[in-house]
Amino acid sequence: MSKLVVEGVSRTFPGHRGGAPTRALEPTDLRAEPNDFITILGPSGCGKSTLLRIVAGLDRPTEGRVLVDGRPVTGPGADRGMVFQSYTLFPWLTVAENIAFGLVESGRPAAERREVVARYVDRIGLRGFEHHYPRQLSGGMQQRTAIARALANDPEILLLDEPFGALDNQTRALMQELLLGIWQRDRKTVLFVTHDIEEAIFVGTRVVVMSARPGRIKTEVPVDLPYPRHYTVKTSAAFSDLKARLTEEIRVEALRASDVAAGAGGA
Amino acid sequence: MFRPLEPIDGWTRALLGVAFFVLFVGGWSIATFGGFVSDTFLADPLTMVREGWLLLTRYGFAHDIAMTVWRVLGGFVLAALVAVPVGLLMGAYKPVEAFFEPFVSFARYLPASAFVPLLILWAGIGETQKLLVIFIGAVFQLALRVAVSVAGTRRDLIEAAYTLGVPPGRIVRRVMIPSAAPDIAEILRLVLGWAWTYVIVAELIGSSSGIGHMIVESQALLATGQIIFAIIVIGVIGLISDFLFKAVNRRLFGWKLA
Repeated sequence: MSKLVVEGVSRTFPGHRGGAPTRALEPTDLRAEPNDFITILGPSGCGKSTLLRIVAGLDRPTEGRVLVDGRPVTGPGADRGMVFQSYTLFPWLTVAENIAFGLVESGRPAAERREVVARYVDRIGLRGFEHHYPRQLSGGMQQRTAIARALANDPEILLLDEPFGALDNQTRALMQELLLGIWQRDRKTVLFVTHDIEEAIFVGTRVVVMSARPGRIKTEVPVDLPYPRHYTVKTSAAFSDLKARLTEEIRVEALRASDVAAGAGGA
Repeated sequence: MFRPLEPIDGWTRALLGVAFFVLFVGGWSIATFGGFVSDTFLADPLTMVREGWLLLTRYGFAHDIAMTVWRVLGGFVLAALVAVPVGLLMGAYKPVEAFFEPFVSFARYLPASAFVPLLILWAGIGETQKLLVIFIGAVFQLALRVAVSVAGTRRDLIEAAYTLGVPPGRIVRRVMIPSAAPDIAEILRLVLGWAWTYVIVAELIGSSSGIGHMIVESQALLATGQIIFAIIVIGVIGLISDFLFKAVNRRLFGWKLA
């Protein structure tokens, strides 16, 4: 049985002040098996974040449904951890307390929490920063903590919404490797939304390309690059081929999206 | 020196701050000692200090000060006990907000001082009436401001908590309260400052003790030095309570300032 099934999920936002409703997402189907690392790639406004939020249970589909292990999703839950693009660490809690947030909620004993926190602090390389507040951390450190916070809760599925979008290129590359390292150990099902083609190929087992306005899945491209992936893979011929192919797919969509935008602007 | 937002060092800051007080007292001295203003209307600084000393040593002014402080704190604590929980619920739950908000918005424009005559009819001229004036003056402002602050909790933090398994019923406790706590502390500090103006008004009418009562008696005796001394005492107490509040806030909410 698939870990995650998205069945005919669409989303229409009601119009503002009697305006026409906006179709953000056309009916969409998607399946993820255990250990899949699916990257969802598309230009802005293609509904990729909407799709992720619906899987998380933070938004409701207009039609269709989402199944996790065969059970329909009715709202957010600890079985689907999420990392957001904006920095969402709780500013009043330290790094350690942030990581333990979900464990406190599920009533895990203090000794177990300490042990889990220590393990993840090590994995994200933040030893010595356990008692720092988010304000005192760089953006990269905050996102690493956010990933640790989501994983410490041991979710079935990890959802990432452009988690490295606000980081500089060097930090971003390091974070991709870090995330891959963690995933290879934990073997979670991952949905990773991004608009960065290189990122989508480098981390994913499969790239789902979405088209813009209305958003729908255009094509799926498996990434047959061996793990563990080292950053040097980005210069390999196979990587370049994939990148060229996806660049073409995305370019058409971006052009279409800007046409639509220009048309709307002129009207 | 006068570039926008250009910081200055601590000494310059302190010096400039003191300089204004010196200028102020200087101008006051010139006006009074120079004979430009009749001492019937404005006492000179030395007379003020002398009369203030007399007030404290001979006329039991310390008791008046204590009474006033107790009234402010009593009324303010009562108001906070009601307003903070109500404000929290208003901020978190839209139906509660819809229920209270129109009335509270209306009520906060009712001047607390205008209630004094009415409250005397209801509660007499005892302590209850004084506490009620402070309570009415503070409670609506507090509730509304707490509600706004809680309602402004970052949505993405609430969503993050949801994805970490927090059920809706516990979001207020785990996210909204800790996130709004520093703001709420600041609101309390601000409104406590206003409570000081209400208590004096309450004491001006129908009171037998307190700083406000003393001011009215001094007016009858044309003792402007005493009035000014009383006003300065109020200012100093306000400054001290503000300072204490700020120190406690900084200690409790280091995460916001760290």
